[in-house]
Amino acid sequence: MSNALHLDIPAGVPWIDFTREFDAPVASVFEAHRDPAMVVRWLGPHGYEMEAERWDFASGGGYRYVHRSPDGGEYWFRGVFHTIRENEFALQTFEFEGMPDEVALEFLWFEDLGDGRTRLRGRSIGRTVEGRDAMVESGMESGMSEGYDRLEAVVTGVG
Amino acid sequence: MTDDGDLVDLGFAALADPVRRAIIARLSRGPATVNEIAEPFEISLQAVSRHIQVLEQAGLVTKGREAQRRPVALDPAALERLTAWIDGYRLAHEQRFRRLDDVLVEGPGPTGTETT
Repeated sequence: MSNALHLDIPAGVPWIDFTREFDAPVASVFEAHRDPAMVVRWLGPHGYEMEAERWDFASGGGYRYVHRSPDGGEYWFRGVFHTIRENEFALQTFEFEGMPDEVALEFLWFEDLGDGRTRLRGRSIGRTVEGRDAMVESGMESGMSEGYDRLEAVVTGVG
Repeated sequence: MTDDGDLVDLGFAALADPVRRAIIARLSRGPATVNEIAEPFEISLQAVSRHIQVLEQAGLVTKGREAQRRPVALDPAALERLTAWIDGYRLAHEQRFRRLDDVLVEGPGPTGTETT
């Protein structure tokens, strides 16, 4: 698959931007976000099992799900879907229950590129720069947990 | 000073400075002499040398032994240690979207029903 992921994690601001294209029509990409049976097949970290206790992908809806690690650890997440516009836009909150109140706001744009292709564009805004960096840290699978407090996103400027 | 944690500390301290980040960016295109590195900056050669010294102490760059040129080169392994955290985030996202690629190819499947 040659569709590259573009991440933008600018220093000193609490948000992360990403862009990724898919060889699928916008309705399919949207459906893969709306249908919980499809969501659990891709949203969890590699090697983790995901179970959705609730997944109501509609304006005013909400979600709660768990990622289970191979050694049995459970990581719960929850949030509300503030605005969902079919094949177009999603705005939701995101909270890792292990870090209560560090709620991020997640914008997601579904862009029809024609020819059965779709661009997914997202912005995730944390409460603080430190919280944002912690979110980046939590995406890590290597277990390198030291020192995100001193990173300050300085590496992003380095080619 | 010898263990990895200290080097990572020094590395991030070194990269906190925009001039030193620019020097790293320049060196990512290949080794260069102090004069070549200093060219785009409006600061003295001496100041640039000091910045390079900080990067060298952090283990991010090495200086060649040739008496005349003494080119400065990036140590990719050292930089990799520092960027591991962002690569981890990228990797997690990339894996997630590759699974989404698969889901899009496979479709809803036999269990593709809604739950509430």
